[in-house]
Amino acid sequence: MRKAAAIIISSVFFAILLASFYQIPQTDYGEKEYYYQNPINGSYANESVPSHYIANTKNETGAVNAVTAIVVEYRGFDTLGEVTVLFTAATGVSFLLYKVRGGKKRTEANLILKEGSKLVLPFILLTGAYIFIHGHLTPGGGFPGGAVIASGFLLMMLSYPKFFMKERAVSVTESMAGITFAFIGLLGLVFASSFLQNFLPLGNVGYLLSAGIIPVIYIAIGFKVGSELSSIVDKIKEVQK
Amino acid sequence: MWPEYIAVAALISIGLYGVMAKKNLMKIFIALSLMETGVNLLLITIGYIPGGTAPIENGNFAKYVDPLPQALVLTAIVIGLSVTALALTLLIWYHSKTGTLEYRRGMRW
Repeated sequence: MRKAAAIIISSVFFAILLASFYQIPQTDYGEKEYYYQNPINGSYANESVPSHYIANTKNETGAVNAVTAIVVEYRGFDTLGEVTVLFTAATGVSFLLYKVRGGKKRTEANLILKEGSKLVLPFILLTGAYIFIHGHLTPGGGFPGGAVIASGFLLMMLSYPKFFMKERAVSVTESMAGITFAFIGLLGLVFASSFLQNFLPLGNVGYLLSAGIIPVIYIAIGFKVGSELSSIVDKIKEVQK
Repeated sequence: MWPEYIAVAALISIGLYGVMAKKNLMKIFIALSLMETGVNLLLITIGYIPGGTAPIENGNFAKYVDPLPQALVLTAIVIGLSVTALALTLLIWYHSKTGTLEYRRGMRW
């Protein structure tokens, strides 16, 4: 009964979704549908938002990757909130799992997995660091790079049952990265006109040392996300003795 | 564009079915992340323009897709990850209190 009702409701929802997707205009963003229309006198803006980003990202921020420029510069405050949400989740995980114990005893991994993961770990960490350092030049950035770093520590936890993150080092790294992010934002308030505004020189577009504060902030985000995700994984793993 | 839209509708509907029909809380969380993936795919698909490439300017391409939905989806993925981690933590806690993963009506815990 419950399943039949669920099937009927979700099929109806499927049909409604398809019918509403049919209304989405399939246009290029150079066309009028993408322009901002003034609701009072009906006039259109000079350009659409995507074409502004595509045309001016390089000159305004110095970053080649437009997505990174939006995440760190145009919407940097949004990213600060996002990092805060991740921090809150990590705190909540360690708070809730403080006293929970139980589960099965973990078995020892075999020799090949142990030695292989020891061999591979530096390269995983190096790849993660490469991804977040080159966030303004290539696809990727602080969040994927941090996730790669956390996956390296997860591999170590899978192969060594007694591998624990050093809690103090993790929390110091995380706090320092968060403080760096907020401090750079405040420096923008001092040297430029608003919070998180760029105050460093843009440099040669397309080189590693360019784009002002974007690489600095993305390195901080990479460290923060990496330490937070590894502490979440570590806490969830600790439940099993 | 239509294969993507159909995939979006299918992902969201399957997630809705899972949330409504399943009693195991782990499966409900899996269904929630399926719905979340559907919404992310919808945003990316709306931002796509035919023939566009990734918005990384290197002078070889003339057309780029809209970068704004991609930045929003980057945020949404991280938020979804946090929500999933917190939900799984609550599930571990629930399991240690009740010894089961099933949701029951009127349960005190």
